[in-house]
Amino acid sequence: MKMIRDVIRDTIDEEMARDDSVIMLGEDIVGGMGSPGGPEAIGGIWGTSGGLWAKYGSDRVIDTPISESAIIGAAAGASLTGKRAIAEIMFADFIGVCMDQIWNQVAKFRYMFGGKTKCPIVIRMPYGAGYNAAPQHSQSIHAMVTAMPGLKVVMPSTAADTKGLLAQAIRDDDPVIFLEHKALYGVKGEVPDGDYLIPFGHARQVTQGDDVTILATGMMVGFAEKAAAQLAQDGIGCDLLDLRTTSPLDEEAILDSVERTGRLLIVDESPPRCSFATDLSALVAQKAFSSLRAPIEMITGPHSPVPFARELETAYLPSPEKIVAAAVKAMSYRRG
Amino acid sequence: MQLSREALLQAYRQMKTIRMFEDRLHDEIALGEIAGFTHLYAGQEACAVGVCEHLDAQDFIISTHRGHGHCIAKGCDVVDMMKEIYGSSEGLCKGKSGSMHIADVTRGMLGANGIVGAGAPIAVGAGITAKGTGNVSIAFSGDGACNQGTTFEAMNMAVVLKLPVIFVFENNHYSEHTGESYAVGAESMTVRAAAFGMKAIKANGIDFFSVYEGMREVIDYCKAGNGPASIELDTERFFGHFEGDPQRYRGKGELDRLREERDCLKVFRTKVTEAKLLEGADLDRLDDEVTALIDRAVAESKTATRPTADHVLEDVYISY
Repeated sequence: MKMIRDVIRDTIDEEMARDDSVIMLGEDIVGGMGSPGGPEAIGGIWGTSGGLWAKYGSDRVIDTPISESAIIGAAAGASLTGKRAIAEIMFADFIGVCMDQIWNQVAKFRYMFGGKTKCPIVIRMPYGAGYNAAPQHSQSIHAMVTAMPGLKVVMPSTAADTKGLLAQAIRDDDPVIFLEHKALYGVKGEVPDGDYLIPFGHARQVTQGDDVTILATGMMVGFAEKAAAQLAQDGIGCDLLDLRTTSPLDEEAILDSVERTGRLLIVDESPPRCSFATDLSALVAQKAFSSLRAPIEMITGPHSPVPFARELETAYLPSPEKIVAAAVKAMSYRRG
Repeated sequence: MQLSREALLQAYRQMKTIRMFEDRLHDEIALGEIAGFTHLYAGQEACAVGVCEHLDAQDFIISTHRGHGHCIAKGCDVVDMMKEIYGSSEGLCKGKSGSMHIADVTRGMLGANGIVGAGAPIAVGAGITAKGTGNVSIAFSGDGACNQGTTFEAMNMAVVLKLPVIFVFENNHYSEHTGESYAVGAESMTVRAAAFGMKAIKANGIDFFSVYEGMREVIDYCKAGNGPASIELDTERFFGHFEGDPQRYRGKGELDRLREERDCLKVFRTKVTEAKLLEGADLDRLDDEVTALIDRAVAESKTATRPTADHVLEDVYISY
């Protein structure tokens, strides 16, 4: 059993050992540079890079100033010229500071340059609510990056998936946004030894059932799993899919499931409009309309920033109870 | 001047190619032959060529929206560039980039760039790759991009990481339609770059020899492992910010005066012929050679294959 934060560090370590072209950049990923405490005083504020600098040195584990645009730009330039750069943005919320480099540069190089080049960059971003970290350090930004052609977007929920998907991301020739839920860093799980890759675009079947399809990613998978366990006691069978990657998206698994259950719950911790939840709703409405036996239920945050106070943040987030209530509502729907 | 006859001819050939490429585009755009936004480099040729004549394919450059000159100077195929600007699927980027994003990474040309100030951070990354190899990474920026925070971040990071990056500031005195004296708060780009802790020098951007010598100084400095450097080049642009720009911000007679007194090609011709390094006839022969090349580039571009709708989804990893 290993904590997800350790899985991230160990996977990066394995990939750096395997391939000399892999480098890492970010603020405080070494930590303590230029300070009395000295290098490695921190090892990344999330504990996801401890020991890597000592092992690989300053040319491969590059501690940067607080300069998000330059971090992504530097990772992009290195990746265009033969490296495989892993850039860490300390909080996903900081994406606004470096959006041009992600949206106009990294995502477009391959297409804009006529398919003659690649930019194998991984941008790791801790995201999500649950830490009472207030509006600028709690957001889930996957919808915005999923909407951008040229980016692959990964949202692991387990320790094993974190390893398989991160190794895949580092070896992938396209830019990958790798979203790590902050509240999951301390979660433990079994992790396969040795080379372990999970191809993108394949959902994980968490629970099987014939009554309701539930789609979730990241921390929402655990919430949905709790809800599914409770619903099972009430005789409602949930087909829970952990989508793992929002782009590419496993449309086939989603549509197969909805065609079987006829009911769809989407659990997403970001606000509801122009979101991943609305995107999934549209997909099912377009491609599995005749299978639906009840309106699609979206269990999301409200259209507000993520608030600070414990009571407020809890109210903001989806919960197992809210998921159960939505499932019951879907089950009780009768066509007028 | 320690350049060989061959090196002098090559420098002139490159500068002349850029000039004729841009002059011809100006004419073709006026005829309505070319779609989109085009920003011409004419007037600044001594900058691109004075920098890139020091480089080989393993050195990196990143350019700006005014990128044709940098592309040509770094060795991009001129005919394929023209086809790209015409939007042909035979173009250097298969008709996906147009004028503003031409790239050829195999030649170390990491792209023209439509976002002012976006290039410098990317050059820092190429500098990470170049570090320890004896190669350098060049960020071309103008007096507009020098005011972007991204450029500041890049300069600081290059100093902190001691990277072989050279920030080339081509000061053509206009960021789009706004004068440099208004928009650049510091006394100069050089003063600003020096404040970041790097070697920072100036050169005369309309004199190839001044640019070339200045670049030698900063390249030697970088290759000695001292970290980044900066060079500010005083230059002029002969056309508008974009093609179609009425240029009402110019002074009366300004463009005529610049073309008469501050034309880097004239400066070069006068210098090399007066010093008897080259004959006028040598240069005339190159003029003919370049004219033929540009004629061929335009003729081939006009009949080159057009992309079709199914090319839209080529080179995307997935579509929905």
